[in-house]
Amino acid sequence: MEAVVFFVCAAAVIAGALGVIVGRNPVHSALFLLLTLVSIAVLYLQQHAALVAAIQIVVYASAIVVLFLFVITLLGVDKREVHDDGHPLQRVAAIVVGVLALSGILVLVHGNRWVTGLHSTRGVLGNADDPGNVKTLATSLFTDFVWAFEITAVLLVIAVVGSVVLARRSGHRPQVESAEDESQDERMSV
Amino acid sequence: MIALSYPDHITATYYLILAAILFTIGAVGLLVRKNTLVMFMCIELMLNAANLTFVSYANAMNDISGQVIVFFTLVVAAAEVAVGLAIIIAIFRRRQSVSADDVDLLKG
Repeated sequence: MEAVVFFVCAAAVIAGALGVIVGRNPVHSALFLLLTLVSIAVLYLQQHAALVAAIQIVVYASAIVVLFLFVITLLGVDKREVHDDGHPLQRVAAIVVGVLALSGILVLVHGNRWVTGLHSTRGVLGNADDPGNVKTLATSLFTDFVWAFEITAVLLVIAVVGSVVLARRSGHRPQVESAEDESQDERMSV
Repeated sequence: MIALSYPDHITATYYLILAAILFTIGAVGLLVRKNTLVMFMCIELMLNAANLTFVSYANAMNDISGQVIVFFTLVVAAAEVAVGLAIIIAIFRRRQSVSADDVDLLKG
């Protein structure tokens, strides 16, 4: 059963990833990305990571993919997208580099000799009274990793402020726009 | 040697090989595609491969730290997507295009 779930999800992950890079329409790419992300969430569930799987669905498969789709529809790029043909050697070179990188990583994985050494220094994954390991994870997050937690909070604030500043229509100040709107409203009412 | 016959138990090696393949597909896509939105999706694929590796090692070592680090990766990925898409929108306003070939100058 475990093997069946793994191979079905692995096939879905790889098919989705190939669909992302092959699809001509960015909307199709985003939907293939969704397939990959949901399949990875299933693989997390299989590895005693229920909370991570839930976060994967909520943050990645919902928020990030919806953000992608929102930007795609906002820009309307599928109409304007040119047929992207780079240098003919570029695609071949990229695939060769990819195969080389894959074989390098597989050599590293070979034999899986890194899964050794000290075990469970910060808390074991699952036990009978905490099968979803929410409690263990929260304890580790708010004790061992509390500084990293605070710094990521700062990072999120910076990212939100930065994206708002970047995405605001530059060249038009909001005060000027609102003043124009008010004058237009006045004219409309007159 | 990595046994690829039909297994009765899925070990961490299978997940690691899957993560390696996923990472490679993302890297090749990043090199091949010109559409910046699709390039961003390829970066997400590579981040997910790294997350899958973390969760696999957490499971293999029976240690919670790997799963905690996945949380931080998710937060950084969300921040990256928010800022990156804002940059893409700003570029699109200026150039009317999201192709990476149109933004090969540092000049605005």
